[in-house]
Amino acid sequence: MSQNTQPPALEVHDLTVAYARKPVLWDVDFTVPGGNLIAVIGPNGAGKSTLLKSVMGLLPVASGWIKVYGQPVETQRKLIGYVPQRESVDWDFPTDALDVVLMGTYGKLGWFKKPGKAEKELAMNCLDQLGMASFANRQISQLSGGQQQRVFLARALAQQAQIYFMDEPFAGVDAATENAIVTLLRELKEQGKTVFVVHHDLETVREYFDHVVLLNMRVIASGPAQTTFTHENLQKTYGGKLTVLSTIAEEIMGDETKRAQFEKRGGGK
Amino acid sequence: MDWLDPNLRWVLLGTTLLGIASGTLGAFAFLRGRSLMGDALAHAALPGVCVAFLVGQWLQGRGVLGEGGAKSLGLILLGAGLAGLLAAWCIAGVARHSRLKEDTTQAIILSVFFGAGVVLLTRIQHSGAGGQSGLDKFLFGQAASLVASDVRLMAAIAIVLCLLSFALFKEWKLLCFDPAFGTGLGLPMARLDGVLLLMIVAAVVIGLQAVGVVLIAALLITPPAAARFWTDRLSTMILLSAFFGGCSGVLGTIVSALPASQGLPTGPMIVMAATFVFVLSVLLAPRRGAVARVWRVWRTREKVQRENLLRDWYEVLENHQAQGLQTDVVSLDELSRKRSHNAGGALKQLEKMGLARQREHGWQLTETGQAEAHRVTRNHRLWEMFLMYETSLGAVAVDRDADTVEHFLPPEAIEQLETMLRQIGHEPRLAKGAGAA
Repeated sequence: MSQNTQPPALEVHDLTVAYARKPVLWDVDFTVPGGNLIAVIGPNGAGKSTLLKSVMGLLPVASGWIKVYGQPVETQRKLIGYVPQRESVDWDFPTDALDVVLMGTYGKLGWFKKPGKAEKELAMNCLDQLGMASFANRQISQLSGGQQQRVFLARALAQQAQIYFMDEPFAGVDAATENAIVTLLRELKEQGKTVFVVHHDLETVREYFDHVVLLNMRVIASGPAQTTFTHENLQKTYGGKLTVLSTIAEEIMGDETKRAQFEKRGGGK
Repeated sequence: MDWLDPNLRWVLLGTTLLGIASGTLGAFAFLRGRSLMGDALAHAALPGVCVAFLVGQWLQGRGVLGEGGAKSLGLILLGAGLAGLLAAWCIAGVARHSRLKEDTTQAIILSVFFGAGVVLLTRIQHSGAGGQSGLDKFLFGQAASLVASDVRLMAAIAIVLCLLSFALFKEWKLLCFDPAFGTGLGLPMARLDGVLLLMIVAAVVIGLQAVGVVLIAALLITPPAAARFWTDRLSTMILLSAFFGGCSGVLGTIVSALPASQGLPTGPMIVMAATFVFVLSVLLAPRRGAVARVWRVWRTREKVQRENLLRDWYEVLENHQAQGLQTDVVSLDELSRKRSHNAGGALKQLEKMGLARQREHGWQLTETGQAEAHRVTRNHRLWEMFLMYETSLGAVAVDRDADTVEHFLPPEAIEQLETMLRQIGHEPRLAKGAGAA
């Protein structure tokens, strides 16, 4: 566990979020150390996206607070990069890929100013990092789903943030895009940045992420993937629905048995 | 029509500016999904107009306003604007506190306000002095009633609207495309949304006298909808929308001022003109227009059929070669076998393009035809290989629209694919351009 003197990258305390009368998230309390790739895992309807949107300050919270690098989100906007769900926008909007990426620079640009040469260069670099440089002038409706996702990631890169929040970036993308995203995540980690990702694919959790937050309307567990992404915790998170994921369960069980033998302490039940 | 008639010139200036301003602002409203909101606000302005008139009359009676003060455009537009804002507030409130969708609440609020407006209007006109109120012109508009002072007021608001649109261009773009991301950047998106609504109200209000509450929304909706067909760039779209709006204003005003039109109402003529531009756009715009779409689908179909035939032909020739047949003439029957569909139409096309020619016992590819068949077949097989081994090739920037594999894959990857094809014995085996036999 990290024991930095520096405040944690993200701290969520006693968060409750409610739509109308019914709370969809409660008792959400966790801390993630900086410089990590963090996955938020949970079944459909567990409130993963709600959590991310509340952290971004896009939803009113019923109770609790959120701090990014020790300060409220409102004052830390320039440290935060955001990748919303791809379906959240109209891709028939009259604009091209480069223009969308340029939107990432608007925050630092200030009012009335138009993006200039420096911003365009930055945006091109970001597109290039995701292998999308040759699509800069392509109308966004003519991009494939995976390419649209990469444009969104490039836009977040253009924010030059310290912590990134990504809502299901791996959802419905092609293999090439998945590779590109994983490469990007590792590069960001190398640069000491923190990435907080809503993720749905249990099979890749251990491979892609080093920290997990298991969520089903409340936090089941949060911690390093090695010790937190366990069969028992998954069972708790997914209720009885884990049967479909039996292969992963077996894999984890295997790992846990090994570790149990190693530690002489029961890892799994 | 008298071009020197100063009144006509004022009217023309007014309607042109109105068209430009509502075209500009309508583009943002259109992209923000607020087109219907504009219509609701316009209808909701009617009771505001009536109440403002009554208040004016009362003030006039007490001597606060001078003679004719009740008809002052400024006061009436203020009333219309306030009623519009009240309606917007009601729409948002009802939508938030009930389970109704926004379109339903818009429809409800629109009808309630408009109904109340018509009731008030009827009352005013049946009251003694109200007969000459001229308020009915706000229902369908009466451009001819615009005088210099009205146009000056309209112009001032129109210019402010256009300036705001351009000064905050990138903020509006963000608001229309991805407001959540804008909030993430720290921009006050909710407040910007409010300002946009206020601007829509202003655009509606300045058009009331010329076009009327019933039709003014058309000026907000139709020009941007038409402009969208011509371009994929937001800035171009907004300029076009403003231009279409301005043109509609000019066209509608001139047509209604022609002696032959015998006093056709200007407002409706402006709306007809905008619709005319819209219909032209839907039909004729390059790429997005209906004609272009049909043409493109037809062209693609022809191309696919042609290329399918070339590939089948190539395979037939490959089989000939494998069986040691010496002929490179194939029958139509042989070509049609694979897809059990008559290849005659595509064959005629190939002949016309000089890729195939008819022989005594069947058909033969010309030299360019052979080269083309080779190219198409090779490309197709490389694509198949690529799709099977995509991840191992490490090509991130795959452009699925690209015609040929060479357009997006580096030469090393192509070589790799060709080796793979050879390994499974599926490489195009007929030498390029050489005789097939």
